[in-house]
Amino acid sequence: MSDDANGMHAAVAAGVLAAENDFAELLRSVVEVARAIFGARASSILLFDEATDELVFAAVAGAGEQGLVGRRMPSDTGIAGWVLSSRTPLVLEDVASDPRFAREVAEKTGFVPSGMMAAPLLADERALGVLQVLDRPKRARFSLQEMELLGLFANQAAIALSLLDSTRRARAALDGVGDISVVARLAASLTRLEGDRRATGLALLQQLELLLR
Amino acid sequence: MGEPEPEPDDDLYELPAWSLSRESDEWIQIANPLPERVGREWALAGATGSGVRVCLLDSGVEDGHPLVGAVTRAVAITVGEDDEPIATDDLEGDLCGHGTACASVVHALAPEAEIHSVRVLGAGFSGSGRALIAGLRWAVDEGYDVINMSLSTTKPKFAEALHELADRAYFKRSVVVASAHNMPVESLPWRFSSVISVASHDEADPLVFYANPEPPVEFFARGVDVEVGWIGGGTIHATGNSFATPCIAGIAALILSKHPGLTPFQLKTVLYLISTNVGGSDS
Repeated sequence: MSDDANGMHAAVAAGVLAAENDFAELLRSVVEVARAIFGARASSILLFDEATDELVFAAVAGAGEQGLVGRRMPSDTGIAGWVLSSRTPLVLEDVASDPRFAREVAEKTGFVPSGMMAAPLLADERALGVLQVLDRPKRARFSLQEMELLGLFANQAAIALSLLDSTRRARAALDGVGDISVVARLAASLTRLEGDRRATGLALLQQLELLLR
Repeated sequence: MGEPEPEPDDDLYELPAWSLSRESDEWIQIANPLPERVGREWALAGATGSGVRVCLLDSGVEDGHPLVGAVTRAVAITVGEDDEPIATDDLEGDLCGHGTACASVVHALAPEAEIHSVRVLGAGFSGSGRALIAGLRWAVDEGYDVINMSLSTTKPKFAEALHELADRAYFKRSVVVASAHNMPVESLPWRFSSVISVASHDEADPLVFYANPEPPVEFFARGVDVEVGWIGGGTIHATGNSFATPCIAGIAALILSKHPGLTPFQLKTVLYLISTNVGGSDS
């Protein structure tokens, strides 16, 4: 690659990496705010990894925070799996009364919640993951307003997750992995071209852009 | 020897399908006409769900759970090479508790209705949309009276298949009761008019339900802080449209046990007429 092309690649790569950190921070901020607003003991976001068909802890606030990020489980496991598959939010309370559930969750998270709110993270037709809020203090009754609030947080988390997902795809493209890596290679080739060939290349790409619009 | 008696299903097809001549008047008698006044007394009084088969398209149902009773039949659905449903006896019970919870809501309302479990979870998330459709296809072919779907899909590519199945169920007299989504997303099959869609209200009485003057959500039923069965023989308190849906499925089972043979159109009309905000206060 020419210096120019190397420079562009490096600049884009730097942007993509920085963005990935920013979005990870945003996810963490969503779970922290969700935990604070609901006065809950913990909150977490699980990302659906399409390649392995698993759910991965992407952000955790509160109890179980240590060492949980990155932990994986099959995508149809337990309540999070159901919420992902059914694309339906759920709120459960007094769950610890079930020893089977308690053991299963404790093995995954290091603590046993007595209550849990979970909502799917949806972006258009895709289900990107699950937002969980664990052990909200049991006030008089759960209200429909709280369900709506959970939906709003889930929407925010879905946007952050969607951006994170795009960034990871962009990085895969820059690394020459994945089917859209051809776009990165095209950009690199175009940077190397000069004069008429460059103008022709740009014109062709503009036509392609029109075609794909 | 006379003509063999037609099978009950064949009766439907003896009627003129596409047109009606003047001489056909006697053919067009409605087998189960609704009375002039439909109230809760007529629709529900004394009903137990007896003789009605309710299918839970869900995560499985725990057989013998104190709040569910015996599960008449449980199958797990996988998807064949041509997307055909493959049903095997399900020995795993409930994978997460959700199906047991929904079954317990039906059982509490219609204790003598048969509970059938069609498990569509367990093929990994990636296969969940196809499993959902295969499961519904299987349930419709089985001819269940009521099919409870406390789940939905957001994938438009499944819309056509789901729509076709929802219509097929409607004409085969299987009532599909489906959870509306309580987040601002487009999901299916609850938006189809051939199914009965349900969202939550926050009152405690399971027999209080409201007809929505502004569909697509058609009914609101109890869905907040509901005590439901859960895996391991336990109970929990649960909130979500998932639990409002089997409430309407249970009430539908009650109506059908007292008035078998109602079409989904008639059943939805009865639900409307006896809903709490229309005429349902005579119970």
